[in-house]
Amino acid sequence: MTSVYTTTENPHFQYVLGLGDDALVLGHRWSEWLSSSPSLELDIASSNLALDLIGQADLWLALAGEVEGAGRSADDLAYLRDTHDFRCHWIVEQPNGDWGLSIARFLMFSVYQYIRYERLTKSSDASIAEIAAKAFKEVSYHRRFSSEWALRLGGGTDESNARLQKGFNELWRFVPELFETPTWESELADKGIAVASKDIEAEWSEIMDVILDEAGIKKPETAGRLLGSRHDGHHTEHLGHILCELQYLQRVYPAKQGAKW
Amino acid sequence: MENDWDIYEVFIRSKRGLSHKHAGSVHAADSRMAIENARDLYTRRNEGESLWVVLAKDIHASDPSEGDALFGPAQDKIYRHPTFYDIPEKVGKM
Repeated sequence: MTSVYTTTENPHFQYVLGLGDDALVLGHRWSEWLSSSPSLELDIASSNLALDLIGQADLWLALAGEVEGAGRSADDLAYLRDTHDFRCHWIVEQPNGDWGLSIARFLMFSVYQYIRYERLTKSSDASIAEIAAKAFKEVSYHRRFSSEWALRLGGGTDESNARLQKGFNELWRFVPELFETPTWESELADKGIAVASKDIEAEWSEIMDVILDEAGIKKPETAGRLLGSRHDGHHTEHLGHILCELQYLQRVYPAKQGAKW
Repeated sequence: MENDWDIYEVFIRSKRGLSHKHAGSVHAADSRMAIENARDLYTRRNEGESLWVVLAKDIHASDPSEGDALFGPAQDKIYRHPTFYDIPEKVGKM
């Protein structure tokens, strides 16, 4: 399948879309913990995390719609695109697994978002800078929440440590993709609009090394560099399944029939 | 798993200058988790700017059956209230 967009077409739009899709898909994953997390307190925590992320997605996708200039709303972009038009990273698409895997993923991605948003607060696009500043506060908490849980599971029992370790082992193959930087992204970064993903790898690794060490987790080996191109609409099999649930209502009852938030 | 967790009582200060008020309780494995759970349960609608969590088992309470002995004698000591003083007009409202 070929994507509707080519990577050279309106990179500014593609970039903002990517920020929104990461938040939307990870937010959906957190919503899946509702009613099945380890405790009632964590059900509420999961829903708060989901709402933070879906709130960010709403802002990013609304901005993407404006940048695109084709009259598409945040809802149109969230609910009426197919998998090959999504620009999220593979790591956020992966199923939740157990609490250990979800915490491993959330830590890896929250640290990533933390660094990315912090730098985007200085974007030359004032709208990006503004959304990043608001979202930065949220992901700062996400980073704290996931670090605390990583330390707790890592330093807890043999079982909790093993589950967390397994989570990191399973997800580490998606790390290289986080820092994959297409030419158009570098060009946007040169203009001061975006952050080139490769530029945040060192800081991310440094932060992760400290937490993994403290949590008693062995840094997984990266078996080759798994790179693909989400920028060309290549995703893991899981994204389609997410969209089946996420977009069901809008697909069955299109907006003109009144399915609106 | 949840059965192993302690109960923490949660206190929230809604504004600077006010005191912390009891808001409810949460289960948590340690005090950091208790703060996070309390934040997620009790401050998601802008209810506060400071949280205290206290292990419920560390709170010592008065015995309700001793209520009369402890609090009854205070009920008829109206002279302990400063209601018998004339306040000069210049002072205004106190």
